[in-house]
Amino acid sequence: MTERPVRPRQAEPSPAADKDALGRAASVRGVLFMTERVLRSMRAYASVILFASVANPIIYIVAMGLGLGALVGQGTSFAEYGADSYLMYIAPGILAATLMMSGAIEMTFPVMEGFKWRRGYYAAQATPLTPRQIAAGHICAVCVRFLLHSAVFLTVMLAFGVLASPWAFLQVLTASMGGLALGLPIMAYVAALRDDRGRIALIQRFVVMPLFLFSGTFYPLTNLPLPLQMLGWLSPLWHANELGRVLSFGQPTPVWLIVVHAAYLVVMILLGWLIVQRVYTARLGYDEWRGRVPGWRGRQA
Amino acid sequence: MKTSSSRQCPSALRAKLAGVPDSAFPSPAIAAENLVKRYGDFTAVDGISFSVASGESFGLLGPNGAGKSTTMRMIAAVASRTSGSMTVAGLDPQREGPQVRARLGVIPQQDNLDEELTVRENIIMYGRFFGLPRRYLTSKADELLEFAQLTRKASSRVEDLSGGMKRRLTIARALVNDPDILLLDEPTTGLDPQARHVLWDRLFRLRERGTTLVLTTHHMEEAEQLCERLIVVDHGQIMAEGSPQGLIREHSTREVLELRFGMDRNSELAAELEPVLTDAAIGFSHIEVLPDRLLAYAADAEAALERIHSTGRRPVTSLIRRSSLEDVFLRLTGRTLVD
Ligand SMILES: Nc1ncnc2c1ncn2[C@@H]1O[C@H](COP(=O)(O)OP(=O)(O)O)[C@@H](O)[C@H]1O
Ligand SMILES: [Mg+2]
Repeated sequence: MTERPVRPRQAEPSPAADKDALGRAASVRGVLFMTERVLRSMRAYASVILFASVANPIIYIVAMGLGLGALVGQGTSFAEYGADSYLMYIAPGILAATLMMSGAIEMTFPVMEGFKWRRGYYAAQATPLTPRQIAAGHICAVCVRFLLHSAVFLTVMLAFGVLASPWAFLQVLTASMGGLALGLPIMAYVAALRDDRGRIALIQRFVVMPLFLFSGTFYPLTNLPLPLQMLGWLSPLWHANELGRVLSFGQPTPVWLIVVHAAYLVVMILLGWLIVQRVYTARLGYDEWRGRVPGWRGRQA
Repeated sequence: MKTSSSRQCPSALRAKLAGVPDSAFPSPAIAAENLVKRYGDFTAVDGISFSVASGESFGLLGPNGAGKSTTMRMIAAVASRTSGSMTVAGLDPQREGPQVRARLGVIPQQDNLDEELTVRENIIMYGRFFGLPRRYLTSKADELLEFAQLTRKASSRVEDLSGGMKRRLTIARALVNDPDILLLDEPTTGLDPQARHVLWDRLFRLRERGTTLVLTTHHMEEAEQLCERLIVVDHGQIMAEGSPQGLIREHSTREVLELRFGMDRNSELAAELEPVLTDAAIGFSHIEVLPDRLLAYAADAEAALERIHSTGRRPVTSLIRRSSLEDVFLRLTGRTLVD
């Protein structure tokens, strides 16, 4: 941005007058414009989000930590994992799992809304924004939600004395990465659909729920038989959980494995973004693809 | 009118007229040359050429499926062209999309307002997409709501608005960046006549202010009211071009006599009536046969009706009216505009 010369006092020029400047502003800050827009619509249910991010950890702490923990904690020591208590052991997993689930909401329903139910993406499409910026803005808004949620969650955890080290706050990053590593591929899938036809509900039930249960969130993955463990290896949530445990209470983990966890998440995020960006460009760019009709095998109109 | 005549002034000519300032040759707001759009093996737009001068109000009139929205989307820099060339505000929409879109205001065929936000917030949020400062937008929103006669609804949620109000809000929203060109895709389709007239009044004001308007419609009255010049489009091709009055003069008679005889003897009757009406005094042109009625085209429809009565034929109902663009379309394509 060049510095504007001092204006003469009369006739303030309208900021809309310089169209080249509008185009340039969008190419530089377009993602932010879209982020703001998505955050605004989240504000419609901000109180629900805030309530959930405070109440969720408390409910888990009470139910799992105190209730289940009393049961589990008796005969099991979590010392070999570096945790003082069952609650401390599962806390990072609960954070990562919650972000995964809110990601699976924010990157599905609002996407279908943007393309089909309210067509908000097509409003953005008519402005200087590009399809890629529209997608990126949506994702950035979800990240903001992830960050706020984690911050609230960790503050509650801190209050319950469950955080062992200041490194624990770095979980904000790893848990958010876990949310994106699953959320982006799902977002790409949903963005490619012309109709919902119950697909989003299916994803919640048969992708998100099983991952929640089989990613070593409530118990070490090694407790499962090997075939199920291998399923866990594919789950972004498991990698986020394990990284969270390293950061939260220093779970002993070989360096190569830490690298694998982080690399897996990064690769999933990059691949996910690559596909999301392609699908958004196909639908909102010059090619105006209308999307795939689920269950439709024949030629598309 | 030749489309090529109003195209960008060739530089050779400009050189000849050296000394005359460049601004004396304003480049057209939109220039399209041989525009083609195919979806697979289906051709939606089939070689359309037109040009719109700055400040002009220009229309695309045609039935559903004619390719109007597709053409609009190519102008709006959200759809590619299969072939042909186009400039919008002097730029190629396909290569300089964001820059072109910064100059446009778009009213899409299908509303995409944010139903959760208030009327006012809809304008402000949309303005943010253009990176306009919030401080500017708050006063701009008031001005636009006033223009759209929505001031009293400023804090209502969009879902509580009537169809006509939503449409006016969409127009207000499209004006937030002071667009050089306003694109309106079927601005009043689906509205009741009263809401339609309110909207026409607003659009007429924009036209008076010198805003370049491009609108599509399959409503001939709308085209007559709002367009200085229009193209009649069917099956992706231009059937005719001119001013509404010029087109009517060129392709129809001054008056039309609508006759209903009841029963389905219409084509028989048409054949019988043609020789009866063929008379210089009546200025008869031809008869169109529709499923439910006959349309007799004549300069003096009153005289035509008298002549029919004098032969002893008694239509169940008869109506005399002026020719409209509907008649032009019927003449050019053999079909009615609205089905
Ligand atoms: N994305 C698309 N894919 C395939 N066919 C399309 C697409 N968009 C429009 N069409 C077809 O192109 C034709 C022209 O459509 P359109 O431009 O919307 O017409 P109009 O606006 O004049 O009613 C229609 O037959 C329509 O079905
Ligand atoms: Mg259309």
